[in-house]
Amino acid sequence: MEDKNIYEYTLMLADSSLIMGQRLSEWTGHGPILELDIAITNIALDEIGQARLLYQFAAELKNKQEPGSKATEDTIAFLRDAWDFKNLQISELPNGDWGQSVLKIFFLAHWQRQMYGKLIYSPIKNLSDVAEKALKEVTYHVRWSSDWVRRLGDGTEESRGRMQKALEYLWPYTQEFFEPEGYEWDGIFENAGEDFFENMKAGWNKEVSLVLTEASLTLPESHTYMRKGGKKGLHTEHLGHLLAEMQFLQRAYPGCEW
Amino acid sequence: MIIADKEITVEDIRKMLSEVVDPEIPVVTIADLGILRDVRKEEGKFIVILTPTYSGCPATDMITLSVIKKLRDNKIENFHVVTQLSPAWTTDWMTDECKAKLKRFGIAPPEGSSATEVLEKKHPRCPHCHSMDTILVTAFGTTACKALFKCNDCREPFEYFKCH
Ligand SMILES: [Zn+2]
Repeated sequence: MEDKNIYEYTLMLADSSLIMGQRLSEWTGHGPILELDIAITNIALDEIGQARLLYQFAAELKNKQEPGSKATEDTIAFLRDAWDFKNLQISELPNGDWGQSVLKIFFLAHWQRQMYGKLIYSPIKNLSDVAEKALKEVTYHVRWSSDWVRRLGDGTEESRGRMQKALEYLWPYTQEFFEPEGYEWDGIFENAGEDFFENMKAGWNKEVSLVLTEASLTLPESHTYMRKGGKKGLHTEHLGHLLAEMQFLQRAYPGCEW
Repeated sequence: MIIADKEITVEDIRKMLSEVVDPEIPVVTIADLGILRDVRKEEGKFIVILTPTYSGCPATDMITLSVIKKLRDNKIENFHVVTQLSPAWTTDWMTDECKAKLKRFGIAPPEGSSATEVLEKKHPRCPHCHSMDTILVTAFGTTACKALFKCNDCREPFEYFKCH
């Protein structure tokens, strides 16, 4: 039972990274200028790299649980359907304009920093090892995206207006970040008390609000309808389309290699 | 000619593998960069421990293949290559020789410690004219490990190997 929790938790992290990476990679060749094109695709690459490490561990768990299942990082990424994916919904949302994309990175990277910051103390060595590695990378994403949020929010009337719109669109999807599913508790974190996720949320809120204030952006009203369900496999219409493209090759030509 | 059958040692393997270069920056070796973490012998088998620089670094698979090829070319079959994530790779492990090689190649080597770097406030020394009057162009360069700067003195752009 405990292994199943660890498996699902690992998928939640991995799926969030993979879907984010896949979505951001759509910017390849379309960035506003060459340097930014390279920056955002580098972030996509970090996300996919982190996902790979996590899927490799997930495959190990799966093969232990169900001997003969022959799971690999590829079968898990390419042969599951939308309802099996546990990614945060925010990662599957369309990129929109540059501002919306950097704000999405900003929210997700801050979430990852909180999560990996705790996970480095996990008793599960495979997870704490990945967390140690990923924490350095997402810290860099936090810095880079915070810069852009400040620059565009505190920019021209046009850029500020677009950032405010992006904020109103994305904010409802941040609610599920720190609402734990059953599998997020058992065995993953040591001594995780009642306030464990509350504390993470408070840390996230503090860091995010600070930058948003500097960017002269206004947080949406608290009665905004908040979305959730990604972590248990409920997704927006966008995920299916993304998977159709990402999984096409492996579905049409199973086991195909470059 | 008969060559005396000399037993291959861990030191021999280490020496062999320290010739393997980074596929993206071929002037430095995987030993220089700290990617080759260790070579041990366990139950008659050589265990080679590698660590990736960045999670998504496309060179990682290539490096593993180069290591395997190097060993096989030397007629060594009893080995096992292990990827180890922790402790996470840091530029603090880079040798001074490695930094000098990077500089000669035109890449500014990492300055200072990975723990404290704030890239936006950094002015790494220009590898071309040694000026300190440099400015960040973009935090992400052509590979995950580098950022792009330009020199206000000689006007040349250059890559900086980020502290990580
Ligand atoms: Zn110069």
